[in-house]
Amino acid sequence: MAVTEIKFGGFGGQGIILAGMIVGKAAALYDNKEATLTQAFGPEARGSACSAQVVVSDSRILYPYVHRPHIMMLMSQDAYTRFSPELAKGGTLVIEEDLVNPVPLPEGAVVYKAPATRIAEELGRRMVLNIVMVGFFASVTKLLSAEAVRKAVQDSVPKGTIDLNLKAFDRGFEWGKKIAN
Amino acid sequence: MSDTATNPVNPYLRLERMPSIWCPGCGIGTSVNCFARALTQAKLDLKMTSIVSGIGCTGRVSGYMSLDSFHTTHGRAIPFATGLKLANPDLNVIVYSGEGDLMAIGGNHFIHAARRNMDLLVVCVNNFTYGMTGGQVSPTSPGGATYTTAPFGQFEEPFNLPHLADSCGAVYVSRWTTFHVRQLTKSMREAMTKKGFRFIEVISPCPTLYQRRNKLGDGLDAMKFYKESSVVKNGADTRDLNIGFQTPITVGNFVNRSRPSFIEAQNKRYTEVFGPSYKPYPEGPHGNGANA
Amino acid sequence: MAADPTGVLTGQHYLDGNHAACEGALAAGCRFASGYPITPSTEIVERIAARLPRMGGMFIQMEDEIAASITLQGAVWGGKKALTVTSGPGFSLMMEHIGLAAMTECPCVFIDVQRGGPSTGLPTLPGQGDMMQARWGSHGDYEIIALCPESPQECFDTTIEAFNLAEQWRVPVMVMMDECVGHMTERVIIPSADKLSVLDRRWTTKKPGEYRPFDVGADLVPDMAKAGDGHRLFVTGLTHDERGYPVMNHKAQEKLVRRLVDKIRLNADKIAHYEEDQIDGAEVVVISYGITARVAQRGVQIARDKGVKVGTMRLIVVWPFPETRIRELAQKTRAFVVPELNYGQMSLEVERVAAGKVPTVLVPHGGGEVHDPEVIAEAIIKAARSVS
Ligand SMILES: Cc1ncc(C[n+]2csc(CCOP(=O)(O)OP(=O)(O)O)c2C)c(N)n1
Ligand code: SF4
Repeated sequence: MAVTEIKFGGFGGQGIILAGMIVGKAAALYDNKEATLTQAFGPEARGSACSAQVVVSDSRILYPYVHRPHIMMLMSQDAYTRFSPELAKGGTLVIEEDLVNPVPLPEGAVVYKAPATRIAEELGRRMVLNIVMVGFFASVTKLLSAEAVRKAVQDSVPKGTIDLNLKAFDRGFEWGKKIAN
Repeated sequence: MSDTATNPVNPYLRLERMPSIWCPGCGIGTSVNCFARALTQAKLDLKMTSIVSGIGCTGRVSGYMSLDSFHTTHGRAIPFATGLKLANPDLNVIVYSGEGDLMAIGGNHFIHAARRNMDLLVVCVNNFTYGMTGGQVSPTSPGGATYTTAPFGQFEEPFNLPHLADSCGAVYVSRWTTFHVRQLTKSMREAMTKKGFRFIEVISPCPTLYQRRNKLGDGLDAMKFYKESSVVKNGADTRDLNIGFQTPITVGNFVNRSRPSFIEAQNKRYTEVFGPSYKPYPEGPHGNGANA
Repeated sequence: MAADPTGVLTGQHYLDGNHAACEGALAAGCRFASGYPITPSTEIVERIAARLPRMGGMFIQMEDEIAASITLQGAVWGGKKALTVTSGPGFSLMMEHIGLAAMTECPCVFIDVQRGGPSTGLPTLPGQGDMMQARWGSHGDYEIIALCPESPQECFDTTIEAFNLAEQWRVPVMVMMDECVGHMTERVIIPSADKLSVLDRRWTTKKPGEYRPFDVGADLVPDMAKAGDGHRLFVTGLTHDERGYPVMNHKAQEKLVRRLVDKIRLNADKIAHYEEDQIDGAEVVVISYGITARVAQRGVQIARDKGVKVGTMRLIVVWPFPETRIRELAQKTRAFVVPELNYGQMSLEVERVAAGKVPTVLVPHGGGEVHDPEVIAEAIIKAARSVS
């Protein structure tokens, strides 16, 4: 029974919840896994460090919350400062390199960095930053199949923006492959 | 209600429930007579007419009428009626209750239903007291009158109900006393065939409690007082309709205007937003509220 | 949202419990909703406000929960299936009208997405502190039905079940969700309409004149008519006879209230809905409901790993309380362990029914989060030791 706890963090407006939603959906609808997403509500959710948590598992998920995430995808310094101490030992950090300076680094953490903002800007819409990061996440974590995540992007974004978002996903995914080589 | 055998309003009543609980000289029965006549004159389809009351002496009206009758909880006749009307807009929905019920505990619902222009006729029997519970002070109790819970005299400012209804957006507002049976019947009839939030205040004697406690005599004395002290002023500015203790009472039809009802406004908005694919919600009878 | 905004959602979706409950209501045929926004239930009214107008239905945001909880009853008597939605503070305001619905046998559904209380408490965090209020919150004697979903999928399923039970037994039915299931997102599978079982209202076939609105048959439930059917209905919250007419004496009271209570109590085994696992030979049975049942399952696994024989019973219908089954279990097992997000509500019922045969161990939690599964495991192990 492999259970993976994931936390997504950034500031309000970056599309953090959507990023978590896409990963959860990819797992639960397109990758034959179970996935439970929880998120902070109320004033907290509107603050400078908002977050979404996803538990992914091969079998039924009983406990829905995330306390010691194995993977964190972080998109703001605030979120890094607040959440990175929770990372499980030897966990994985997936960060936006222009927005997050990963110090202090949790013990044994593996860090993957992408210039996702610049990639999004090249695509002409800074707004797709979160989707670039989702692509990068899919590529470096290999938790889910690329096809599943891509499909989840496709049916989670507004109709008129599907092509742009898929491009953003692909660019993020390629970046992940590039740094792996 | 002693003349039930011959009364022309009998067809509108659940005769098996007579005699009513109302005291001799009480004005509620008189208002019901006017109401029954108005139902005939307005030619409402009785099968499609529902009456909703809250709790109180007046709240018993729904249960004596031979219509679909809903006797709800104290103060909540209007929100119940709102659900009934919205579920089936073909129904004529009439709320009939006391001023304590509608304006104290139910005051919030009253102002919002008027604001929304919910398609309801609200008849409020104002006897300046809580009859059912034994003569306590009410939101229309005039200064100086005494009550079981205002034993040293009422000192709060009472509501001027037509002004309240008017300022909240009611499309039809009138006030009569139970002396003005012809005029009251006519107003009820007019209001029954109009769309939107309509409000009729009926000033009515409570001889058993209000009259007696304040040494104002019996029901007949009240009638005499209404006759002598009422001033008919159709179209009067509703700001000028305050009622003091035994001061002259201005009566008449004050407001008669039209604006889109809740459902009409909703349909207009949604048709703009969704375009022709939107299927308008049924709006119920138009213009003349009588069902063909 | 639905691909076809005028239709009921089907297929596989990644939805939170609140959105799933809304879709459950629509699939059950609900076409009227009244509400007043309150965290953590707001997403349900938000979604239904967006969905109903294009499905030929009606949503209205009322001025408060007192209004919302009677507006839906007006709509039921007007012929619609109707829903209202709230959380603790609003649920408190609705109590009077739960009594009205019980007294007038108005089939309607209330969803309470429970948060930490009392009072304003913890608006954005879970609790299970309204369980007794659901049962006893209005004055006088009456019975209701309440269900507790443990996942978004069950928020969908139990909302349909709630509408069906309301129509079958003519009582207010409460779906007692909590913030955790309301706000957690998981896969929800919605079958096509022909695969769902949806009950229609038990409309009378009698003609005006023959029909008496509160006459009943063997199941003690009267058939219904709506305003405008020509029956000149009389519906009152006062004690009434079969015609619906008020009767102010103890005989009428005994006859009516006895029936209101009996129609649920005598049929409790038909209404019961629970799930059991590994009951045979269990030293300890964990009884739980809602989100806590899931978390408890993890505690159960831990205890089983340490060699304790643990069975589980998960209540889906919590009211009426499944007395028959729990009485049986009290003969088979040695202890009950009841974790809940309160300081002892359903555990009191377990204790009452166990009647001293076996001990009932409460694992309380004030709410604001869910139990730590280790704490539940410890309670199970301790209970097993103390009876062995
Ligand atoms: C919630 C609640 N509070 C109080 C009461 C008691 N009560 C019954 S009728 C009534 C007042 C009725 O006064 P009004 O509406 O003026 O009607 P009237 O009896 O004068 O016709 C009150 C306070 C109640 N039934 N329910
Ligand atoms: S108590 Fe007053 S209001 Fe009530 S029935 Fe008697 S006279 Fe009428």
